[in-house]
Amino acid sequence: MKIKSNIAISDNGFMFDPYSGDSYNLNATAVAIIKLLKEEKTRDEIIEDFVRKYDVDTFTFEQNLDDFLAMLNHYDLVEQSS
Amino acid sequence: MKKEKLNIAVTGLNNTDNPGPGIPVIRGLREAKSFEPRIIGLAYENLEPGIYMKDMVDKTYQIPYPKSGSDVFLDRIKYIHNRENLEVIIPNLDAELYTFIKAEYELKTLGIHTFLPTLQQFEERSKPNLNAFGEKYGIKVPKSKPIAGYTDIQNLQAEFDFPVLVKGKFYDAYLAYNNEQVINYFNKLSSKWGLPVIIQEFVRGTEVNVVALGDGKGTTIAAVPMRKQYITDKGKAWGGITIQDPNLLEITHNLIRKTQWRGAMELEMIKTIQGEYYLIEINPRIPAWVYLAVAAGQNIPEALVNLALGKKVKPFEKYEVGKMFIRYSFDMIGDISQFEKLSMTGEL
Amino acid sequence: MEKLKYERPIINKIKAGVPDKYGMSTRVQIKTDIEGIPVKDIVNQYGSPVFVLSEKTIRETYQEAHRAFQSRYPKVQFAWSYKTNYLDAVCQIFHDEGSWAEVVSGFEYDKAIENGVPGNKIIFNGPDKSDADLKKAVENGSFIHIDHFDELYSLMRIVKKIGKKAKVAIRVNMDTGVYPKWDRFGFNYENGEAWNAINRIMLTENMDLVGLHTHIGTYMMTTNAYTVAAGKLADLAVKTAQKYKHHIKYIDMGGGFASKNTLKGAYLPGKDTCPSFDDYAEAITSALINSEIDPEHLPVLFLETGRALIDDAGYLIGSVLANKRLSNARRATIIDIGVNILFTSFWYEHEIYPGQACSQQTEDTTIYGPLCMNIDVIRESIQFPLLQKNDLVVIPRVGAYNMTQWMQFITLRPNVVLIDREQNLHLIRKKETNEIFKNQEIVPKHLKNKKT
Repeated sequence: MKIKSNIAISDNGFMFDPYSGDSYNLNATAVAIIKLLKEEKTRDEIIEDFVRKYDVDTFTFEQNLDDFLAMLNHYDLVEQSS
Repeated sequence: MKKEKLNIAVTGLNNTDNPGPGIPVIRGLREAKSFEPRIIGLAYENLEPGIYMKDMVDKTYQIPYPKSGSDVFLDRIKYIHNRENLEVIIPNLDAELYTFIKAEYELKTLGIHTFLPTLQQFEERSKPNLNAFGEKYGIKVPKSKPIAGYTDIQNLQAEFDFPVLVKGKFYDAYLAYNNEQVINYFNKLSSKWGLPVIIQEFVRGTEVNVVALGDGKGTTIAAVPMRKQYITDKGKAWGGITIQDPNLLEITHNLIRKTQWRGAMELEMIKTIQGEYYLIEINPRIPAWVYLAVAAGQNIPEALVNLALGKKVKPFEKYEVGKMFIRYSFDMIGDISQFEKLSMTGEL
Repeated sequence: MEKLKYERPIINKIKAGVPDKYGMSTRVQIKTDIEGIPVKDIVNQYGSPVFVLSEKTIRETYQEAHRAFQSRYPKVQFAWSYKTNYLDAVCQIFHDEGSWAEVVSGFEYDKAIENGVPGNKIIFNGPDKSDADLKKAVENGSFIHIDHFDELYSLMRIVKKIGKKAKVAIRVNMDTGVYPKWDRFGFNYENGEAWNAINRIMLTENMDLVGLHTHIGTYMMTTNAYTVAAGKLADLAVKTAQKYKHHIKYIDMGGGFASKNTLKGAYLPGKDTCPSFDDYAEAITSALINSEIDPEHLPVLFLETGRALIDDAGYLIGSVLANKRLSNARRATIIDIGVNILFTSFWYEHEIYPGQACSQQTEDTTIYGPLCMNIDVIRESIQFPLLQKNDLVVIPRVGAYNMTQWMQFITLRPNVVLIDREQNLHLIRKKETNEIFKNQEIVPKHLKNKKT
């Protein structure tokens, strides 16, 4: 999954989508995930990274991550893979 | 002599095509002769134009809607007060007045002054009570009835001639020509403003308005009558002109004397062809067209601030007839960075 | 390396124009304990969901209400409205504080007697009193509030037969300027029906007209209606005194005081707009004192307020069953509290608090109950933090009506516990068991033990 290029995110969690003109508010963990996505990390790599760094177990994070990625998709913030 | 500096918070910065009174109030304050204001804007929404008007508002804070409860609301006001040392707050929106009136004492202990009607005055003139209000103070009021459901609508025909006005508890009014339209507007208004919805007899005539200020002891400090010259499809004045109408002024003076009205009010009246005056509504606050009164010689926002601070204010005795306002819209330019700052920190 | 604190990732669209709660440092309020007892411990001991009542709050609320009236009027008597919450432990607290019992059915009447309330301290209201009920009430010297002419005539027959005097009052309905008008209970004031009933009673042997009663509506947000109502009852008392030289002993203003819950459709929260006991007391007592009633014969003021006395004392603790995304990406949280036990969610926007520390990030959420029914919605829309499965939630202000109107539907009614003034927990109503329901049922012989 790849975040659309040009999407700008501030460290304070403000994200602006220049394609649609919409703005978003993200919490710190969400910002961290967006950064990993921008580095073109895969879902599995993100899970591995998070479980290593954060106080969270794999099952919980996997469930939360999928929900979050579904929201990114819902807001049309990711490149549709061809 | 150097003018006293005052920190004044103002709400209603929604200077849109259905404008809140905030910006016109601020224009009056900026022209005050007795003090020099620093204006703290209080905004509910992140696109209220006033937030972005740097020559009008020195600093803006977002505040939660009164709907979220007075404790949350007051916490936010206290936070702002700690940073800005507010001396006066001028609330300008109907939906927030109840909360501010209830909090008057608490605000005062913090050193924040308001100048609002008493809760009794506020309740008495509310739309569902307007008939009783008219009876009590000897002023003609179109017949009206609060309704709470469909069964009430079925029975309207026995009591009212169509068309009737269908009005929301706080805002909005629609003219309905039959039951189906009443039901339609009832649903719309009740979902937006809650119950009851008010049905009002439709009186034909010219709409005339007065902006007035009472000192709470029966004296009218200011009163300027205006006729709307052009009304938008939202029912808002696009242009208006100050008029000389001694009858209307007399009605205003009487009303303020009898009710001992404290604070600003807007009287919405209909003058029929027979020359009778019907009271349609009393807005217990400054109206959006108040700058016309300022231009005509009565700086109502300034006088209100001085009354709030407990100063003696001499009643205005005259105003210029034939002053006009013509409303216009204007595209200001903002930047996403301003929007970001406001959205993320609640301040700008 | 110490691990970073984890918080579920959240993305929220900032809606241009409409209010946005972020950055405004409004904190998510949580409720981790009730009267100092952790909600977690209560659930561990009594399961989830569980109703919790605070004896301290009940007593303090009662005392506050009593003080508001007592300080303004010389003779005041409260009667506990059984239908609002007739758990015996709750009734006993009110009786201990000095409340009489106000009942509206034979079932409630017997409950009051079993709770040790003397017959002459029971007010019997409502349109449904059987002949047996009436006879019992007359014999016990209870106060019978007559609702309609059919009841009046039944009672006339009964007192004639048993030759004992009945102490009666009539319930009066009237226009108090509020909407909707409650005209289905009692005799109407404006059309003269109430006066007719009074005359009929005054001419009946063995009937002593001791009181006048009204109950003008429920959830009254305006105190003025009580001023009007008290004035009208006072008028009837004065007319009765003039015509018959008979002094009414009490005026019963019923109940209907609002609690601090927010009604659906209300713009401002109930806790900001609901009048205080002092407001209601001022409206009622000043109307009576300013009336034409002879001060020598000032009637006792009876009050039957239920909701406002008990709502704040009740809490419902439940837990999260699941989180979901609806098809439109909206967040939904399912909890184990359904409309079957939280009946009042049909008309209140109940507050809901997380029962443990949680994220400050919130999302617009719909909160559903566990019933397999579409109507089972606790909150249509609430800014709520994301909770994980099994996290606790606390719903305050559920003390009124829920523990009487609850339904047994697909599951069993839960435990109800009381926290006493020394912070001890007492189970005051046991969770129902399958056995209870089995005992009530009879399967005809030919349907027994069928093999499927």
